[in-house]
Order: sequence, then C-alpha cells, then structure tokens
Amino acid sequence: MNNMLNVALPKGRLGEKVYAMFEKAGFPCPSILENSRKLIFENQETCVRYFWVKPSDVAIYVERGAADVGVAGKDILLEYEPDVYELLDLDIGKCRMAVAAMADFRDDPQRTLRVATKFSNIAAKYYLSKGRDIDIIHLNGSIEIAPILGLSDVIVDIVETGTTLKENNLAVKETIVPISARLIANKSSYNFKSDKIDMLVREITAQMEASK
Amino acid sequence: MSLQDLLISTHEKVSFSLRDLYSRYGYTQYKMSKFEEYDLYARNKDFLISDKVITFTDLSGKLMALKPDVTLSIVKNSMDEPDALQKLYYAENVYRAQKGAHAYKEIMQVGLECMGKVDDYCLCEVLTLATKSLLTISDNVVMNISHLGFLSDLIDGIGISVQNKTKAIQFVGQKNYHELSLLCREMQIDEEKIAKFLQIINTTGSPETVLPVISRLAAGITDIAPVERLLRVVQAIGDTDAKKILHFDFSVVDDLHYYNGLVFKGFVQGLPQSILSGGQYDKLMSKMNRRSCAIGFAVYMDMLERLDVGKESYDVDIVLIYEDGVEASELRSCVDSLIAQGNRVMAQQKVPQNVRYRQMMKYACGEVSILE
Repeated sequence: MNNMLNVALPKGRLGEKVYAMFEKAGFPCPSILENSRKLIFENQETCVRYFWVKPSDVAIYVERGAADVGVAGKDILLEYEPDVYELLDLDIGKCRMAVAAMADFRDDPQRTLRVATKFSNIAAKYYLSKGRDIDIIHLNGSIEIAPILGLSDVIVDIVETGTTLKENNLAVKETIVPISARLIANKSSYNFKSDKIDMLVREITAQMEASK
Repeated sequence: MSLQDLLISTHEKVSFSLRDLYSRYGYTQYKMSKFEEYDLYARNKDFLISDKVITFTDLSGKLMALKPDVTLSIVKNSMDEPDALQKLYYAENVYRAQKGAHAYKEIMQVGLECMGKVDDYCLCEVLTLATKSLLTISDNVVMNISHLGFLSDLIDGIGISVQNKTKAIQFVGQKNYHELSLLCREMQIDEEKIAKFLQIINTTGSPETVLPVISRLAAGITDIAPVERLLRVVQAIGDTDAKKILHFDFSVVDDLHYYNGLVFKGFVQGLPQSILSGGQYDKLMSKMNRRSCAIGFAVYMDMLERLDVGKESYDVDIVLIYEDGVEASELRSCVDSLIAQGNRVMAQQKVPQNVRYRQMMKYACGEVSILE
C-alpha cells in the first residue's frame, strides 16, 4: 500500500486527458478504461491507484494525504489555498478567471460594488489589491443571472469561450488570472515517494515539450 | 503487545519520551497559564498558524485569549539576556481553529525554545533534538531543512523586487517553478540568471552533498556565508541517525517577518502534514524589542492519533457472560483469575453492543466455558 502512487483524477473530460498523460508517462492502469461505475482503479504491476473525484475536491484529497498527487484547476488552488506542492502547469483545461457584467455596465467608484461569485476568496483578494470596496454575494451556480436580475453589479467567474456571457448580454470587463490544470502533490508524500513523483514530472514535461 | 502498550497511547509515550529527551540536554520545563492578553496575538497575527483566537473578557475588563501559540508567550514572559542562554521546553495545550473546520480544537504541543546568544553549537543541538524528536515517533521520517535568510538574499540578488518577494517565496514553498520563472520574466530578469536561480532552488538532497553545490552556484549572486555556516552546523551533528534523515529543500519556507535563518519541517510517513516545525526567529525577537537571538521548534501531538489507527483490534480480550443470581464473590474470583492471566475482562449479563472482543465466555455454576 505504501508503495502505491495514489492519484486523484478530476471526473470528466479533463480527467480523461490527464489519465492519457499519466499512462504515457509510465503509469498505466487499463481497468480505468473499462466502462464501469467503479471509482477506484489499481494496477499492482505499476504500483499506481487512480480514483475519480469531483474536480473541486482533488486539492482536498491531496492536501489531506488520501492522494499523493492529483490534478486540479488553478481556480481551485487560488480559492482554497491548499498546502500542497504545485509541480507542473499541464497547459490543458485553459480558461481565465474574469470580472463580467452587463455589456453596458459602467462602474461607479462612489458605490460599493456588488460582486456575485463562487470564488469569494479570489474576488476578495483581487478587489483588496485594487483598494475597491465590495459586497460579496456567494452563489453556488448560475452566476450569470445575478447581474441580469439586479442581484449584483458584476460577477467573478471562469470564462472559457465567452459564449454563455454573450448569450446573456454580458461581457468580460477585466481578466483576473489565466487558469489551467496543475499537477499537485502532497507535501509529506513527496518526501517518501519522490522517485515516482519526480519521474512522473519528468515524463510529463517531456511529453509537453514534444507536443510544442 | 503488552497490556501497558495497549493502554498507553502513542501520544502519551511520545510526550513522555520528548520531555525526557529535552531535560537530558538541560532544557527546563516552562509552565504557563492557559490565558494571555489578546493584544499579544493581535500584534503578531502573521506568526500564528491561524489568526482565529478564542477570546473573552476577564473580570477586570481586559480582553483575554486562550493561547493559540506557545512561543509568543515564552518570548514575552522570559528575560531578555542576549549574552546568556535560556533553554526551555514545554508541553502545553493550545487552542486553534483548524483549516476548513468550523470549530476550535485543543491541541497538545510539545516543543522547546533556545534564547539568548545562539551560536553554532545551539543550532546544532536544536536541529539534533528536532531530528531525535522525529525519530522518537517513527523510523520512517524526513527532516527537511532550509535557510530562509539565504533564500531571501538570493531573491534580492536575482533582482526580484521587494513587492514581489512574498509571492516569490510562496512559489518556492510550493515548488511552483513555472510561475516563479514567469514572475522573473515579468520583471525582465535575464534568462541566464533565471535559469541559475531555478537550478539553485531546485537543488535538494543530503545537506552535506548539496550545500557545497549551492555555495558554488550562488557565489557572485549573494553572500554564501549562511550556507557555509549551515554546512558547519550539519557537519557538527556527526555521523548519527539524526543526520541521515536530514534533507535540504528550499521549499521549507516561513514568514520572513519572523524567521531569518535555519528553518525545518519534519514529516512522518503516513501523516499528511508536517508534524514538527521550527527555525530561527530572531526577527520575532527584535519585533518584540528583544536583543536576544532564538531558535525553537514544536511537535504537533494531535497528529499522532492518526498513527494509533488500527493499533488496538479489540476493546477487551474476554466478554464474560453470566446469568442473573450467580454468587458475586465467585464471579469476582473468576474475573480476577482471568485478569491475572493478562486478559482485559468485561463481565456482562447480556452480549454488549459495539464492543470488540477476542473471545466470549460464559460463567455458570462455578465453571467457565468458551462461547465463541
């Protein structure tokens, strides 16, 4: 069990892409490709164990040591600030954290800005750095409708293509930070499994270099 | 496993061994009250692991706090003797909000502080005691060490601005070299310098192997005297088990406003976070108007309960079932005799729920029979 490299993969398309990279890096686990409802997959030969978790939970699994390594979006790392190593920018799952508002919105610095978001920590830090007074409205989904219904002046959210924004007559006003998937590792596990983790980092770096 | 082993938790054993270890090296126990004026923590919030503190107003109207930290109280309450040396250890409870939890937790912390004229021997002694503390807990341990003062000077030497220094240190602590190099490029530091910087901070391994390499690479960029001093300190530890678990790694970082030199974090295989943390905190001393230097560390005992998992498979060895109306003195004598054989015995009339037992026996008519 101690020799196993435990990997938390984000469920969904991103996770499948990540598994392909790990497989190519020398950590295959064919059973993961079988169509089943299982969540944990193990390959005794290569000493690797994968498990699918909700993308926003990957960092918790890694920080708490249930997984040695995992792949999480930079948005999650910035929001929850887990105490983990961030070993690689995998250059996939790219998007940006942005401030969006109704296309005709003009900010009035005399008034407190009402910000609707899932990412309260990121929003608070961003506006603190600008010295702007804000009122954070924490929402768990459908953030885009907040400015339409007058619940907020702006939203802070992930923007991929901008199509949803456009369809709702919203527009990006500022980009806070670019987002992509990151390879993270538990700080304690790294000390005891550094050979495997370093090999994984080397191999994935080589794959990324080759595909440039 | 003896009955004593079963009854004494890892937490109790480790706590006793650590106090014994520190007193053998001449450290005296520092006892303190559970409370401290809140103002002390308000002025040093960044030094605390969590800035959430349990506060209350005492009878004189002062805002008090249940201690979230021990070091600050020791520094505040001890004499400032820059030419002498005070060696203190403690085993105290602190009260903190755990990350992500919505409640406070009482945490036992055992540690030591060495304050005053801290020379190479003191650094060596404290580092040795820290590594021995880790080895008291387990054989599968690693002590990561670094030098925060040197890292800070190196960052200045490379040309990273003061405004971006905290960010740069954070990236080093995360081994986030991709964003660190982006930060350097944003500041238009030349590529050769960036490559050298990344090479230096990515140099990890046995201190005696890597510190000379780091000295060579950093010469000309910054003063390498701190690295040479650290090498002397590590060499002074001698060829012991303590030295074998040392691993130099720049990712051990802490707050630059408090720590200035040697910093270290201890890891135990199977525990997800560092269980021991310490370093030289001369900057905290000077912030609190002390002229003395200081070094210390703490062992977070609450994490030890994770090591106890699975240690005890049974709550008792024998559940002894007896029927109503048995002679109490005969039953007592039967229980005593089973205990004398080294068993833990629970006498019950009915099979108890939620009790893990090795064997179930029945006592009837002065005889004991095995049920399962």
